[in-house]
Amino acid sequence: MTSSSADATLSRRQLLKVATALGLSTAALGLRPAWANPDGISNVYPHGAVQGRDISLAVRRESLPIAGRQGRPITLNGTSPGPLIRLREGDDASLKVVNLLDEDTSVHWHGLILPPEMDGVPGISFAGIAPGQAFTARFPVNQNGTYWYHSHSGLQEQLGHAGPMIIDAAEPEPFSYDREHVLLLTDWTFEEPTDVFRHLKVAEGYYNYQERTIADFFNDVAKNGLADTLAQRSMWEQMRMSSRDIADVTGSTYTYLMNGHAPRDNWTALFNPGEKLRLRIINGSAMSYFDVRIPGLKMTVVAADGQPVQPVPVDELRIAVAETYDVLVEPEVSRAYTIFAEAMDRSGYARATLAPRLGMVAPIPERRRIADRGMEAMAGHGGMEHSSMSGMDHSSMQGMDHSSMQGMDHSSMQGMDHSSMQGMDHSSMQNTTTAGGLLPAGTAQPGSRYDQPGIGIDPQERHVLTYRDLKAYSPWPDRRPPGRELELQLTGNMERYMWSFDGKKFSEVDGPILFKHGERLRLIFFNTTMMEHPIHLHGMWMELENGAGELIPRKHTLNVKPGERVSALVSADAPGSWAFHCHLLYHMDAGMFRVVRVA
Amino acid sequence: MRFIAKELAGASVLAMILTVPAQADDYDAPPGWGAPMTEHYFGTFLVDRLEYDWTDENEEAVVWDFQGWYGGDIQRVYIKGEGANVQGDDEDAEFESLDLLYSHLIADFWELQGGVGYQGGIASNDHPERGFAVLSLFGQLPYRFEVDASLRVSDEGDVSADLEAEYDLRLTQRIYLQPRTEITAAAQEVPEFGVGEGLNSARLGLRLRYEISRKFAPYIGGYWQKQYGDTADMSRELGNEPEGTGVVAGVRMWF
Repeated sequence: MTSSSADATLSRRQLLKVATALGLSTAALGLRPAWANPDGISNVYPHGAVQGRDISLAVRRESLPIAGRQGRPITLNGTSPGPLIRLREGDDASLKVVNLLDEDTSVHWHGLILPPEMDGVPGISFAGIAPGQAFTARFPVNQNGTYWYHSHSGLQEQLGHAGPMIIDAAEPEPFSYDREHVLLLTDWTFEEPTDVFRHLKVAEGYYNYQERTIADFFNDVAKNGLADTLAQRSMWEQMRMSSRDIADVTGSTYTYLMNGHAPRDNWTALFNPGEKLRLRIINGSAMSYFDVRIPGLKMTVVAADGQPVQPVPVDELRIAVAETYDVLVEPEVSRAYTIFAEAMDRSGYARATLAPRLGMVAPIPERRRIADRGMEAMAGHGGMEHSSMSGMDHSSMQGMDHSSMQGMDHSSMQGMDHSSMQGMDHSSMQNTTTAGGLLPAGTAQPGSRYDQPGIGIDPQERHVLTYRDLKAYSPWPDRRPPGRELELQLTGNMERYMWSFDGKKFSEVDGPILFKHGERLRLIFFNTTMMEHPIHLHGMWMELENGAGELIPRKHTLNVKPGERVSALVSADAPGSWAFHCHLLYHMDAGMFRVVRVA
Repeated sequence: MRFIAKELAGASVLAMILTVPAQADDYDAPPGWGAPMTEHYFGTFLVDRLEYDWTDENEEAVVWDFQGWYGGDIQRVYIKGEGANVQGDDEDAEFESLDLLYSHLIADFWELQGGVGYQGGIASNDHPERGFAVLSLFGQLPYRFEVDASLRVSDEGDVSADLEAEYDLRLTQRIYLQPRTEITAAAQEVPEFGVGEGLNSARLGLRLRYEISRKFAPYIGGYWQKQYGDTADMSRELGNEPEGTGVVAGVRMWF
């Protein structure tokens, strides 16, 4: 068994060779993603790696085989997704991006704390990179962990303009491992992203082939009776919404990829039995949440969004778009395991194999059925009058998870059977407040559902990671209570595919959200829509107030479930203008985007 | 045709107004950087019905019903048209209505639309022509009933109203059963167009469509229709039955 640092040294030597090769012949590699060496290069990221003090990325649009067909992705140094960028904490990074497209491009280093002009967001950090031009991002690397990078220009991210980024720690990390693999999840479509966007705008439900049908109705009648079924369905139909609206873009157009490979490619990550493996899971999708599991193996979560957390053993984890999780697994037996990443709406999956040798396969689990959203999704639904719910027969809603209802206005729901709400997290509703009238730092907001993994997961079935489980490995330095609160509503109109904050698209707002330099503030996100939103703040960490007290974890991307209220503490220590948005690509482009200015 | 020309001129002006890009907020970016997110404009053209109609009076007709729009989330320009070409009558095809409308989203599921309309022949003078000012409420009722209700005032000052409603019942992920209704009424008699005072006609239809893709769906169906009052009398005078049924086969498609 080698220690992690020794392992890293070994791989770096190998990496240097690859980096040199890439530097000499980026174009030559363009024909096909470099499969090579599942156990050699960079602990097996199959698209090659670049590392060192001067890294160069050439951005092109070219034809590549994807899932057995010819696609036209955006490539970085000839592959899509792009190469693994490996930096070292304490170094100065120099990342040159050369634009060989016929349109502007950009690269945002997702999750990195860096000067605002290096953040890579056109119109906020810099002008963008014009065709034929280059931009070099230079910044000191002051963190370590698993991150990624992607275009912040238009819809380029959907074309595979993304890649993984690893920053090796200067000091030993709080866990060790023998070998590591990067698992980058993406969603590929052979449609042009502008067409996907148009379909979403023009035809609601265009990609959803798992809607409720008349057969589902009769099944429910047989199971729950006519009155109950009618009560359930009429709620949704009155709102003109679909309880099966789990994903906007689905497996009907997406091929879900792991490290750029379709499920049938059987991309394989190697291990020797008895080794401890670190899997760096990155959700680099445009639109897709995944539920990741490795049947037969326990995963121990050791980092979230690149930041170390206290180990959490789980069987499955949901990874929101743009999040990263590092997990340790210890396969003892010389057999193959399937790494199964099921899309949240169950319309497809990404798959790879963890095996001691190439060419092995393990059974692929059956996909679960799509779930129907329940009442929890309506907690924040602005269009619904809660007062009108007092007349409802709540006793008829056996299928629903009442534990998820703490966000609702209970005063108006006299008709409800409160005895059924034992699952409620009363601890999060304590009324103790600070002098300023704010809840103490780290306290979970009323309306949060951190103890729930989310739609379509049965926590009884296996142990699933929740936000409640995430505890920082050690307290983050700024322990000040928040000086003020800023609440933002996540808003939308599904029928028209309009997405916004506080009901205003980016094009409709007057100016940036202002943070006072040096202040400590609480951001509260109240999701009034029926969709999950992964909210990403550039330039500063968000410390997720999941009730873990002084061990609240910090993240760059926070998943906010439908109807949920989520809060985070932010130290506004990064002067400048920063992007702040929903990381679902088409939500962002539809206007769910703001600028935060710290001054 | 004069109305069409007028409408087209209006359309280009409206399109120009709508395509002026919205400027982003003042967040301190130097000039020339452009906005990080831009406003998008979309357009689509839906042929909701393009069908062949066999009536129980052994009449055959090609019938169409389309709508296209261009614009943003709130403001759009619509063109809507409905018409028919009765087969073997030696007359040209006729637009029952051809409307050019400015549309404004007034609630989550509702657009208020206003503009001009035309009724008459497509190319020849086989059919009488008239123009309208049109006001429409277009959207979805709870339970997802699609509704298009219009009030029309003709260039002669004649007032009429029509209501179309349809509902998609999903039998499978690709097969839909669509009940549909169309009701027209008028405040004045306009014999030239076969319009009586009061309730003119009601039509109930049912179509079963199969979505080969979201954008292309052939269907079969049938309908029952009845004319009322003076309208029915005028039909009888022309030798037509004021009540009847028909069978249709057609395609729904959009681009």
